[in-house]
Amino acid sequence: MAKVIGLTGDEAVAYAVKQCDVDVIAAYPITPQTVIVETLGEFVANGELDAEMVHVESEHSALSVVTAAALTGARVFTATCSQGLALMFEILYITSGVRAPVVMAVANRALSAPINIHADHSDSMGARDSGWIQLYAENVQEVYDMIFMAYKIAENRDVLLPTMVCLDGFTLTHTLERVEMLDDEVAKKYLPPKPTYPYPISAEKPATYGSLALPDYYFEFKMQQQDAMNKAKEVIPKAMEEFSKVSGREYDQFKAYAIEDADVITVALGSTGGTMRSVARELRKQGYKVGSLTLRVYRPFPAEALMEALSGAKVILAMDRTLSFGAIGGPLFEDLRTLFYDAEKRPLIADIVYGLGGRDLTPAEAKAIFKYGLEIAKSGRIPELVKYVGVRE
Amino acid sequence: MSISLPKPEYLAPGHAACQGCGATLIVRQVLMALEPDEAAVIVTATGCLEVVTTIYPRTSWRLPFVHLAFENAAAAASGIETALKVLKRKGLLKEKKKMHVIAIAGDGGTFDIGLQALSGALERGHKFVYICYDNEAYMNTGIQRSGATPYRAWTTTTPVGKKIPGKPQFKKNLAGIAAAHEIPYVATASPGYHVDLIRKVRRALNAPGPALLHIICPCPTGWRHDPSKTVEIARLAVQTRFFPLYEILYGRKYIITMPVPKPLPIIDYLKLQGRYAHLLRPEMKGEVEKLEKAVNDFYKWLERMAEATKDIPLPSWYHV
Amino acid sequence: MSKLLGWRKIPIGTIILEAGSTFEVRTGDWRTFKPVIDHNKCTRCGLCYYYCPDGSITLEVKDGKIVKVDIDYYHCKGCAICEGICPVKAITMVEEVK
Repeated sequence: MAKVIGLTGDEAVAYAVKQCDVDVIAAYPITPQTVIVETLGEFVANGELDAEMVHVESEHSALSVVTAAALTGARVFTATCSQGLALMFEILYITSGVRAPVVMAVANRALSAPINIHADHSDSMGARDSGWIQLYAENVQEVYDMIFMAYKIAENRDVLLPTMVCLDGFTLTHTLERVEMLDDEVAKKYLPPKPTYPYPISAEKPATYGSLALPDYYFEFKMQQQDAMNKAKEVIPKAMEEFSKVSGREYDQFKAYAIEDADVITVALGSTGGTMRSVARELRKQGYKVGSLTLRVYRPFPAEALMEALSGAKVILAMDRTLSFGAIGGPLFEDLRTLFYDAEKRPLIADIVYGLGGRDLTPAEAKAIFKYGLEIAKSGRIPELVKYVGVRE
Repeated sequence: MSISLPKPEYLAPGHAACQGCGATLIVRQVLMALEPDEAAVIVTATGCLEVVTTIYPRTSWRLPFVHLAFENAAAAASGIETALKVLKRKGLLKEKKKMHVIAIAGDGGTFDIGLQALSGALERGHKFVYICYDNEAYMNTGIQRSGATPYRAWTTTTPVGKKIPGKPQFKKNLAGIAAAHEIPYVATASPGYHVDLIRKVRRALNAPGPALLHIICPCPTGWRHDPSKTVEIARLAVQTRFFPLYEILYGRKYIITMPVPKPLPIIDYLKLQGRYAHLLRPEMKGEVEKLEKAVNDFYKWLERMAEATKDIPLPSWYHV
Repeated sequence: MSKLLGWRKIPIGTIILEAGSTFEVRTGDWRTFKPVIDHNKCTRCGLCYYYCPDGSITLEVKDGKIVKVDIDYYHCKGCAICEGICPVKAITMVEEVK
């Protein structure tokens, strides 16, 4: 029988990493990611995890350490968020460029200034074009489960792309929830074999990693990354399906509630998905045709699957927990709008920007968001393309 | 230490380094210190060496080579050293040879942008050798000044103007910075003295923790000297005390490996290099004297340190 | 120049699998002057081997002793370091005749 324990999101990450037989961990402390590193540090210090912790002097070095380590075929892990992720920015592109299957937990936190330690998605959203796969967890169980899936996806030979597991700061990182654990043996069987990299560093086959590509070859390497992202679109559902089988927990690229006949569907990332679903359930009881969808995979964007799932809606509300300053709307909004541009039946798509810097989205606000969507469905008109919810004027 | 000839040519020719390049010369000498039953993973910072040796689809390297970014050579080397250690422990490493990790970076990647990652790696105590080939400016981007550019040297960002004749500051003391981490081995070296250089690399490879070699690297393109003069200049740097050769063990024991009791006038070193051409003007005499005094002051300080620490015993791994 | 390959044909991640492959690049045509060894003067001390930035001095070694020193003209860029450091002046730079 699977063990059930109470874990915070950060602890869940550490427990999963331990079960993934990771070899090298490098991380730099940053709130609210710290508990991940502390817990892993404990596992290593107690001999529960046979890995090396590299206590780096910055996030930039954290990602450099694990990227280089991954080239040896070792399984690696790091974690960060916010300013730390911003400091890693240069290396994010290098990790994906050298195709190192690094797994990183991102404890989503707002970006400075003003400095703030609470949740929003401006950190990971800024990295959406960096060639990393991005998974977003809705609750602590998903956080735990996604670490296993992240390795399964990242190390797949057709993919070999670094993968982020994003969990909302404090809302998930520091909230204790019930977590069903995977048996060690089951985890071991699920994970890919080592070496994790197809051309591990070796003196017998000395290869050059991180070469200089001029205009005659640079584009080709970028095309390979794009191809890997496209392949990830097929690998991810399979990895999730396989995980569902071994864990008994149902996984797909998104978690949908009552979307089949809904007039209004909200699309959210992370813990907000839970709020939206619970409010949608309440509204359903009152007869409103609303549904909610929590997107678990943001990059690669599961376009075809989303198109199919959402095409019956009259109104789609994109829930962006970030700002894309100067753009038409938030990134999720823009992706969804682009997705439906060529659709025969185009739903009305509006953007909801909410929750910046850890501001709570209350059930009352969530309800108002659905009602706003229903208004749009009724009038056939979007009053504000981008609606900012929960901000004072 | 025995140098059995010929050594394997770990850096294949055909690379795009300039005629008379000090960096590729240094790399050849450094890698001669490897014994037949040893290999090394080379980790470089972005810079001339990386650029001229790894232009896709060809590489000059016959050892595993990793380049990630400019400022993270020490961090990347930390990652590889750590990973190899774990894989070995877990029985997952299938190497017949003993694997070293050698990070190589220029002065920009060491003195300036890479200093933080270097300090972190030295403090953590990774068993690796860090080589700084110091050509005293950002040569890869076209000769801009760095924290290693000497006093009054011309670079494209410290031009010889009417008001300011070349770089107004002196260079950082890299060996001192590294030694402050109290790591087993720090040394300076010159490719003009290959036996001394190779011996120091051997000691660095033997050291039971991090080791750093600061190597003066003449650059014909950036120093504006004839390519044939690379080795001569590398020797004059030592003979004029401009770049003394010494070692620091555990941050405590100082050893001058090539004493220069009677230094040549510093002008002998400067006059071969176009970057110092302005110092040959009569009105710059005072500046040359200032430079010469600084160089001699430092050398005398080194002598005092060596004398004061001469009773500290040498560790066994030092003897090669 | 070798044929440019497409992205499906090359290994991923900027990796170069052929170690030392710049060896096929002729850098010898950079030269305007070429070093010529006078084998009668050469003492086979091997110093030029240690001071060549281009690994273009080849040694023939028998029983640990250098028996012949040669120049790899395919790669030698003609920097003339070897001429300067040769202790017996056995190397002379001679203008290239093309």
